Amino acid sequence: MKKPLGEIAHTRSGDKGDTSNIGVIALKPEYYPVILREVTPERVKSFFGDLVKGKVERFELPNLHALNLLLHEALGGGGTVSLRVDAQGKTYGAALLRMEIDVD
Amino acid sequence: MIRIANGQGFWGDWLEAPVRLVDQGPIDFLVLDYLAEVTMSILQKQKQEDPNLGYARDFPPLVGRLATRLKSRNIKVVANAGGVNPAACAKAVLKAAPGLKVAVVHGDDVFSRLDELASKGYEMRDMDTGEPISSIRPGILAANAYIGAFPLAEALDTGADVVIAGRSTDTALTLAPMVHRFGWKPDGWDKLAAGTIAGHIIECGAQCTGGNCQVDWQSIPNMEDIGYPIIEAKPDATFTVTKHESAGGRVHSDTVKEQLLYELGDPARYITPDCVADFTSIQLADTGPNRVRVSGIRGGPRPPTLKLSISYANGWKSIGTLVYSWPQALAKAQAADRIVRARLKSLGLSFEEIHTEYFGANACAGPAAPPNPDPPEIQLRIGVRGQDRKAIDRFTRELIPLVLNGPPGATGFGEGRPAVREIVAYWSALIPREEIQTRVEVIS
Repeated sequence: MKKPLGEIAHTRSGDKGDTSNIGVIALKPEYYPVILREVTPERVKSFFGDLVKGKVERFELPNLHALNLLLHEALGGGGTVSLRVDAQGKTYGAALLRMEIDVD
Repeated sequence: MIRIANGQGFWGDWLEAPVRLVDQGPIDFLVLDYLAEVTMSILQKQKQEDPNLGYARDFPPLVGRLATRLKSRNIKVVANAGGVNPAACAKAVLKAAPGLKVAVVHGDDVFSRLDELASKGYEMRDMDTGEPISSIRPGILAANAYIGAFPLAEALDTGADVVIAGRSTDTALTLAPMVHRFGWKPDGWDKLAAGTIAGHIIECGAQCTGGNCQVDWQSIPNMEDIGYPIIEAKPDATFTVTKHESAGGRVHSDTVKEQLLYELGDPARYITPDCVADFTSIQLADTGPNRVRVSGIRGGPRPPTLKLSISYANGWKSIGTLVYSWPQALAKAQAADRIVRARLKSLGLSFEEIHTEYFGANACAGPAAPPNPDPPEIQLRIGVRGQDRKAIDRFTRELIPLVLNGPPGATGFGEGRPAVREIVAYWSALIPREEIQTRVEVIS
């Protein structure tokens, strides 16, 4: 069954230079394996399309039932150089909550 | 047990927060984090214009306002308010609060030593792009090494009421009181990692006490009086994240997890001047209302290098907006964007980048935004940047004429022409830590 990620996870996102990071946290521990299976770097890169010019890296924090995603070259140069309204990727985490995942 | 509270997550944070932390319950240390990557360059410019400036100007009046309460309750203040001029900051603090003893940490500023460091053969390259420092050398405005908790702890050891640092790491502000009170050693990696992670949790102020929290956000109580975070730290390096009971907000493992993940890179290797902290070792437990216990933290040896924070002038930018109304608001805004670009091209102007967003359609999330086929209005937002200030100035004249000579239904030009801003960009490199010798100066 397909559901938006936001039904099983919450997120927070921010920046380091031109890289945005998105923390994806399971709302319940039993959702973590689903997130691990579904929220892959490839799926995230494809979800954000040409917003992310570089690669997507993924790190696992099983102790927090969470993933940390790094979206490289995703902030229009980042910091003060960026012309984007969201130059720090503050909203990227919320945007990812729309990504459709398979929860079966 | 000691209580360490953070009352500012950045310069510009809520002015009342530190005062409420002092007034609403017990704390032992009030830490204030004023510096972001770009703040140093803003401060450097202010210092160039006036040698008595270059620090966080909110700080001295705050200390003045709190002085009597700090003294009578023996609350110590640790802040990186010094920016690029800690000495001037200390002077202003003493003027605002003459009865306090102030300790200043010097030694992070390497602006005047860059050529000396280069002549020693250190190849400073940008940590993101690998570019050599020579590519930005003429534009450099400020250069500071991130310093860790031990110089701040040494300053607390003098018995100072207020410790002022320049570019200390955000996490060091919280770790320093633990090192000072618990006598932690420079190679106690697990303990230093725990104090560092405590610092990471509270360094953004209310972002761990319910601010910007997605989980059940509408039920977070009394956000108008949100409580800023308090760490109850123990000598065994376990700690509890909490807030004053009467204050608003919420402390829960959800709010703490969101902040733990904020601005994180490789979670197993969170590198600071004090240690390398392992975020995959953190154990959280909700032990009561608004209480999260943190334990199990492991860490590794500090790196042999320190990170330099360098800011440099990198051209100019301007961002202009116009609002297009229904019907076909998006199509009108897109047509206006094509017209602006064509006019800039016919003027022979070139830019490093022209970036257009349609606010109300996809400005925040681009292709990931939900579809919005017939919005009531759209804000066209065009930004340009480049090294030629005249080209940027000319751009600022190209939006308002569209109200009369472009697609129908444009408004929202009441602010006039957009401002032109100098871009002060950020650059970072590593140098051997032996090059940075800090010094504590006590003034009273």
